[in-house]
Amino acid sequence: MPGITREEVAHLGRLSRLELKDEELDHFAGQLDAIIGAVARVAEVAGEDVPPTSHPLPLTNVMRPDVVRPSLTPRQALSGAPAQEQQRFKVPQILGED
Amino acid sequence: MTDLTRMTAAETAATIAAGEASATEVAQAHLDRIGAVDEKVHAFLHVDTEGALRAARAVDDRRARGEELGPLAGVPLALKDIFTTEGVPTTVGSKILEGWIPSYDATLTRRLKDAGVVILGKTNMDEFAMGSSTENSAYGPTGNPWDLTRIPGGSGGGSSAALASFQAPLAIGTDTGGSIRQPASVTGTVGVKPTYGGVSRYGMVAFSSSLDQGGPCARTVLDAALLHEAIAGHDPLDSTSIDAPVPPVVEAARNGDVRGMRIGVVKEFAGEGYQAGVMTRFNEAVELLRELGADVVEVSCPSFSYALAAYYLIAPSECSSNLARFDAMRYGMRVGDDGTHSAEEVTALTRAAGFGAEVKRRVMLGTYALSSGYYDAYYGSAQKVRTLITRDFERVFGGVDVLVSPTTPTTAFPIGERADDPMAMYLADLCTIPTNLAGNAAMSLPCGLAPEDGLPVGLQIIAPAMADDRLYRVGAAVEAAFTARWGHPILEEAPTL
Repeated sequence: MPGITREEVAHLGRLSRLELKDEELDHFAGQLDAIIGAVARVAEVAGEDVPPTSHPLPLTNVMRPDVVRPSLTPRQALSGAPAQEQQRFKVPQILGED
Repeated sequence: MTDLTRMTAAETAATIAAGEASATEVAQAHLDRIGAVDEKVHAFLHVDTEGALRAARAVDDRRARGEELGPLAGVPLALKDIFTTEGVPTTVGSKILEGWIPSYDATLTRRLKDAGVVILGKTNMDEFAMGSSTENSAYGPTGNPWDLTRIPGGSGGGSSAALASFQAPLAIGTDTGGSIRQPASVTGTVGVKPTYGGVSRYGMVAFSSSLDQGGPCARTVLDAALLHEAIAGHDPLDSTSIDAPVPPVVEAARNGDVRGMRIGVVKEFAGEGYQAGVMTRFNEAVELLRELGADVVEVSCPSFSYALAAYYLIAPSECSSNLARFDAMRYGMRVGDDGTHSAEEVTALTRAAGFGAEVKRRVMLGTYALSSGYYDAYYGSAQKVRTLITRDFERVFGGVDVLVSPTTPTTAFPIGERADDPMAMYLADLCTIPTNLAGNAAMSLPCGLAPEDGLPVGLQIIAPAMADDRLYRVGAAVEAAFTARWGHPILEEAPTL
């Protein structure tokens, strides 16, 4: 298995939306490398003939009747918002200027 | 007068129902105890004095009106800070949710309130329930009441410490890889991971959705059963909630008996890494089960030795997806929103500031395991191991009624010892993880103090899915026999603080 480099940690940080500091890159590289090295042994017993299990229960869609029922008010729904405006979540700029 | 904080939950409810003490007096006694000792223990992140007294007064009013009270009415409880509580802070042990006040109750919270249970406050935990020591809390560690320099287990260390220091007779935990059972084991208390789907996850902050399960924590097997019954049962708000009757856990806890039961000792849960004193007490418990009339046999579950590896791929994978909701847009912390950063940059700055090291490690580990090119080797293989573990359980449960093992390989370790060594920390969950992967039920209860350090050792009992009552039947028999042998409940030996 490949070792985890600090470049890979930086890439994982970007994918995970984590702004990592330089010293974190080295620290996490060593730790993630040790963890991945240890957990890679799952491949030893994962034969072609073994089906995967994603969940302990057989999952089915759960439906409810399509009727109006009590729910959060806009004030409640926005009560934890870092910023709000006109009953909406106010967020930083998403699209570029041009 | 009897010390109201030393009673069991069952005794407390009976005392209140008989009018020998009011629910308000019981609540106040526990709030006073919290005031006296929690500065040292740090079991609570938030104490809801006003809400607790209000709930207690409501129980007293109902009794005054002659209304029938439920079996836990007026009994105080410490709630893990992972369940939403309307109007009361919920942090999940994370800075990213500091100051967040939920606008709704989790189903479990709602059921506790409906049962007249008095919620004293919210307990400390490893951030997002990721950890085995409660050291990963953003709000500082919790001390083990048996030795405040040692860990109380995790992630539910606040709940286990609250019980062991008599700050509450009941508590709630959640168990993704052992976070109810391992804290119970190292604090001399009782903890149960119900069958997956047995207790609603609605309003329980998600870590790893196919593994997470809320459950009861208490100082006695009967108290755990009473709490189990109060919180379990189908919930239409949780699509993975099992729509079937709750197993008869209270009846089982009142009728402890192992005569004629077939009990399997899992061969793989022993050997290197297991503390000698833990094995001594575990082997005594096995001998006790024989004396009590059980037919004890050794069984082998070879794939269990791959459970830890599979878990540390599956749980991080699911958490990397679940924690994506903490994007700084709709609730919680927001950092860097000064007009110079895009929404995506604000998300990354906020998560960097709001998440602790273990959460970052697991999110990145999950992202790695799920990335194309690695998916089959890591996440895919782990899912296959999950199948093998389920098959091992199915095979051995064809021949035995329950399995037993130590709950965790060692007694409580010193705070700081494994804090920056993830792999050493992960070993604490070696014996508890297979049950989470397969979705069946398990309990930890005290089986003595390790001779070398005088710290509690836990006995784990594992039952098939939806046979949770077997845990209580066996647990009650073991508890009664040990209490008779010791002459008192094990917590009588804990320091008074």
